[in-house]
Amino acid sequence: MAELTVNLCGIPLDNPVIPASGTFGYGYEFAELYDINILGTFSFKGTTKDARFGNPTPRIAECPGGMINAVGLQNPGVEKVISQELPKLKQCFHKPVMANVSGFSVEDYAYTCEKLDKEPQVGWLEVNVSCPNVHGGGMSFGTEPEAAAEVTRAVKAVTAKPVIIKLSPNVTDIVSIAKACEEAGADGISLINTMLGMRIDLRTRRSVIANTMGGYSGPGIFPVAVRMVYQVAQAVKIPVIGMGGVSSAEDVIEMMLAGATAVEVGAANLVRPYICRDIIRELPEVMAKYNIQSLSDIIGGVNHG
Amino acid sequence: MKQSIFQILSNTPLTDSVYKMVLSGDTSAITAPGQFVNIQLSGMFLRRPISVCDWDDSSLTIVYKVVGRGTAAMAAMEPGQELDILTGLGNGYDLSLAGDKPVLLGGGVGVPPLYALAKALIAQGCQVSVILGFNTRKEIFFEEEFKALGCAVTVTTADGSYGVQGFATTPLGGMDYSYFYTCGPEPMLKAVYKATVTSGQMSFEERMGCGFGACMGCSCKTLTGYKRICKEGPVMKKEEILWQS
Repeated sequence: MAELTVNLCGIPLDNPVIPASGTFGYGYEFAELYDINILGTFSFKGTTKDARFGNPTPRIAECPGGMINAVGLQNPGVEKVISQELPKLKQCFHKPVMANVSGFSVEDYAYTCEKLDKEPQVGWLEVNVSCPNVHGGGMSFGTEPEAAAEVTRAVKAVTAKPVIIKLSPNVTDIVSIAKACEEAGADGISLINTMLGMRIDLRTRRSVIANTMGGYSGPGIFPVAVRMVYQVAQAVKIPVIGMGGVSSAEDVIEMMLAGATAVEVGAANLVRPYICRDIIRELPEVMAKYNIQSLSDIIGGVNHG
Repeated sequence: MKQSIFQILSNTPLTDSVYKMVLSGDTSAITAPGQFVNIQLSGMFLRRPISVCDWDDSSLTIVYKVVGRGTAAMAAMEPGQELDILTGLGNGYDLSLAGDKPVLLGGGVGVPPLYALAKALIAQGCQVSVILGFNTRKEIFFEEEFKALGCAVTVTTADGSYGVQGFATTPLGGMDYSYFYTCGPEPMLKAVYKATVTSGQMSFEERMGCGFGACMGCSCKTLTGYKRICKEGPVMKKEEILWQS
């Protein structure tokens, strides 16, 4: 009997599969397609202190092995998320949910996390210091170890829930940033957010994306994600959530071997809406193929030398 | 929304760059004209959103223009090939507001979704006028198909090579209509917005990530709040559009 359960920062998950923030809304679009309670959990749409429309369109571009998005954190703001989205979510999802939070100042992050801390259904706070699509915020906190640590400390001060810091791959030394977050009290690290990318339309000679650049995600970034998850998992003691181009049960196992305790699935949800359900269904068979009895046994199990 | 496999029955050119593809499969999720489908193509990550031209219990017709790699790949497909398609996407046109004599204005590859709409409006007893706007004679398609449904059809060409010289809005001045429905490129929609004297509905286009409301890639601002073109659209009512006439 395949054992899929893992423990993420003290909260048990039935399986390690987690739809990533920004690809799963607040859950109910997908709840129309399948029972989303089969998921380990999911990370809901990035939430900020104030409502945001986000960037002008086009926000989406096709790429080899994936896509670029520059949505720019469109969301109704934390008050409305709590008053309107979470009650709807409660109807279709009965497990602890991961609240994804973004901000433009340390105070923003603390404000939003303090509000979400009071919501019983929120199990974890995933603090996004890595959005490539907003000016003067998001990613700038995730590219300097001290800034990432400052956000971590500010959030830890306002919540008792596990705090997972979501990191950007658009840095030269991801390990130093992950370690700074760990030292500042982070309970977990998730990575990687999208890679900064750009496409140019040959006919118009303009960027396809109205905001010029955007975040590249999809199977094309999977090897980079595996490498960064491996590097960070080697360097920190707290759990790591691996993400970036995950599209199959095999990818989930590869991420876990690299050091991930749980695995987020992002862009694949947008083109294959049943992908997370299918991965969960296929995991036992793929585990059997590779002689894996329990997924928690393989975390960081990559052989060296 | 439904994800299912369709099989191509036919795939034929209507003009140099516009193709009509008929597929067989499960169409049960399609509920209104003006909805779209999202097609997975081998070797491409994002699906291609294409409007529904017509459907019945077991077949789907789409009419698409070759504008890039995805639609070029579609044009090369043969009967018998299978496609993974998401169906029943978007809101579609609201037929209840048509009145007794609605006018339908289509521009170029914006014409196809008006076909199923015209059929449905005629079925509910409307007297339907259709204006089909094209750049030039060799780009014209579906004139006979709309006539066969019983619509009063006017074709316009920008260069005057066929029908009325001008744009889809050119013949509107002399017409008596109860309501309008339109689909076409944005400059045409803006012209329709200005030229029409009644209320109506317009179908919009945007680059999409998912096509079913998950990614917020195709959001737009309206007078009634932020909307997703793929979910609360692609059809918007004239009253909610943020343009000033």
